[in-house]
Amino acid sequence: MLNLVALILLFPLIGTVINGLAGKRLKKETVGYIACGAIGLSFLVSILVFCGLLLLPPQERLFEKELFSWIESGSFKAAAGLQVDPLSGIMILIVTGVGLLIHIYSTGYMHEDKGYHRYFCYLNLFTFSMLLLVLGNNFLLMFIGWEAVGLCSYLLIGFWYNKKSASNAAKKAFIVNRVGDFGFILGIMLIFLSFRSIDFTEVFHAASQGTFAVGSFALTLITLLLFMGATGKSAQIPLYTWLPDAMEGPTPVSALIHAATMVTAGVYMIARCNILYMLSPFTMTIVASIGAVTALFAASIGLVQNDIKRVLAYSTISQLGYMFLACGVGAFTAGIFHLMTHAFFKALLFLGSGSVIHAMSGEQDMRKMGGLRRHIPITYKTFLIGTIAIAGIPPFAGFFSKDEIVLESLARGNFFYWSIAIVTSLFTAFYMFRLLFITFHGKSRADHHVMEHLHESPKSMTFPLMVLAGLSSLGGFLGIPGANIMSHFLAPVFGEQGHHTEISGREAGVHHSEGHPYLMMIISTAIAILGIFIAYHLYVKKPELPKILAERFRFIYKLLLNKYYVDEMYDILFVKSLKKISVMLWKHVDTQIIDGSVNGVARLIGRFGDILRFLQTGYVRNYAFYIVLGCIFVIVLTALGK
Amino acid sequence: MITLTHYLVLSAILFTLGVIGVLIRRNAIIIFMCIELMLNAVNISFVACAHYLNSMQGQLFVFFTMTVAAAEAAVGLAIIVAVFRNKETVNIDDINIMKW
Repeated sequence: MLNLVALILLFPLIGTVINGLAGKRLKKETVGYIACGAIGLSFLVSILVFCGLLLLPPQERLFEKELFSWIESGSFKAAAGLQVDPLSGIMILIVTGVGLLIHIYSTGYMHEDKGYHRYFCYLNLFTFSMLLLVLGNNFLLMFIGWEAVGLCSYLLIGFWYNKKSASNAAKKAFIVNRVGDFGFILGIMLIFLSFRSIDFTEVFHAASQGTFAVGSFALTLITLLLFMGATGKSAQIPLYTWLPDAMEGPTPVSALIHAATMVTAGVYMIARCNILYMLSPFTMTIVASIGAVTALFAASIGLVQNDIKRVLAYSTISQLGYMFLACGVGAFTAGIFHLMTHAFFKALLFLGSGSVIHAMSGEQDMRKMGGLRRHIPITYKTFLIGTIAIAGIPPFAGFFSKDEIVLESLARGNFFYWSIAIVTSLFTAFYMFRLLFITFHGKSRADHHVMEHLHESPKSMTFPLMVLAGLSSLGGFLGIPGANIMSHFLAPVFGEQGHHTEISGREAGVHHSEGHPYLMMIISTAIAILGIFIAYHLYVKKPELPKILAERFRFIYKLLLNKYYVDEMYDILFVKSLKKISVMLWKHVDTQIIDGSVNGVARLIGRFGDILRFLQTGYVRNYAFYIVLGCIFVIVLTALGK
Repeated sequence: MITLTHYLVLSAILFTLGVIGVLIRRNAIIIFMCIELMLNAVNISFVACAHYLNSMQGQLFVFFTMTVAAAEAAVGLAIIVAVFRNKETVNIDDINIMKW
């Protein structure tokens, strides 16, 4: 069954090609069937492959299939090879599974759009790229997938390219990601220089054999550069600014790419390279700190945003921060577990918000919503489940995964990480329930016209919501403390970590804190309930209170509402100064120096030509004379040579 | 006794005459004849050297030269005739349009 792995990639690619080339001439239904069918088949094969993986004994769960040798040049070798192990097994299930649901949802959501076939072509291409990213068995193939998802993200954010803001957001996402990718590709080059290979198995084997000492300069640099790529793709400080703007794309795209799958690529990459990261404690500290700070930072911005999708966008950044925090303290399983549950509930929340926006005829401002729960009950119920899941109330999915991260951040990290994680979870519960209360409770603030059109979404949209709601409620049971299926399953990938490093001492320390989990659970649940209570008090009980608070803490409110002015700061620091430098380069270096030297050479040659053309008289006699002169010259030269 | 040197000197004189003729005469046909003169000067040194070295190669080469000269004469004269038909002159100083 494992041999079928190439088919997982093939189906979405076929879907892309058909819809891309012939989509315009096909009926909308056909386009939808082809796109969903491609992902559906891919999902089925993924399940088969996953079952094949389960049938193997735990320690042998690594299957590699080399499709063809891709680049061979001297000692550099890169094969187009696929790799299935527990980590990529989980990833392909998430990507194809959530992807399938979002494809189905999109057939309803995008039904009226003119670019229907173009949309599905991109969406299939995205799924293909993401699968390539997680299935590739070497860094270069992963990088190809990495870049291709970036491209699809660009295409889909700017899907409505007639809108200036959408095309700007697309460009911003692309350029910010380039900054990260620059680090990523340097990291790959450095890996090749250090290990003489870019194959995962070879590199990690060499690393686990102790080729490099713990904390060696080369490894630290490699991991830092790779992490730079991760901050770009996974929207962490300082490269997170593109993600909120990416909400300009269609909502299902935000759900699939900018919440559930692509943005988790960075987490996946770090989990994949866990051996390298475990060997560089300095980088681990950086990863954990950036993760923690991003989690808190983004959550605090999310507290006051008014656009329903922007709240979710900042929440995504914040949750990704959690995942990096988990990876940074060495709890890779917890990171991947949260990645999975987050994929479920964040896809659910985004699709739910899409359903709300659909019902409100395109309105995204929460201040103009309210009281929607009676009008769109299915959306409300599923959205409520997603909100509870992300807030971390047991027994929903988010509780288990987030709780594990909070636990690990104390057990393996320190009190600082733990307190940030706890405060962030308070914020999370607050802003999510704020969103829920403003949107679905209270009195309607929409105008008459919109209210008339208010309707529940079609079945194609509510069905994925219900499935995702089910996954968000039950997904957490894969990782309940004590009987943690996830960590057993992922053990072969992360199992070797620390055995040959100093970290093993730290890992032993984990078991000492095993006594606390229940206390921790109670604390984090209490914190989440506190957050919900505050939100309830402010937005249901006394709706006039938030305004008074905003007046009282004007400075903080303004700061948060304007996202700490980071965009403005980047604008001055990088965009404006870069523009100035570019203009200078254009006017002086390009037109004067480069053009000047090129034109100068041309003019010089022209001058020579002007002089030399007097030689060309048209008289045969002159030419004959030159020939004779030349002969004499040669003869004299030979004579002198003797 | 006529030695190799005599032949070579004769050949050199004939060749130089040919070169000077090509350089200073204006009539295309005369120039053509001077070229033939140069070719035949070379032929003389070929034959002389062949005799001196007791080798047939030099004599053999003379035939090649003569063949080439004949072919050249055919092409060259044809060109001169064609030029004359167009310009009604064989003075090469009048045929100088091939310039910038």
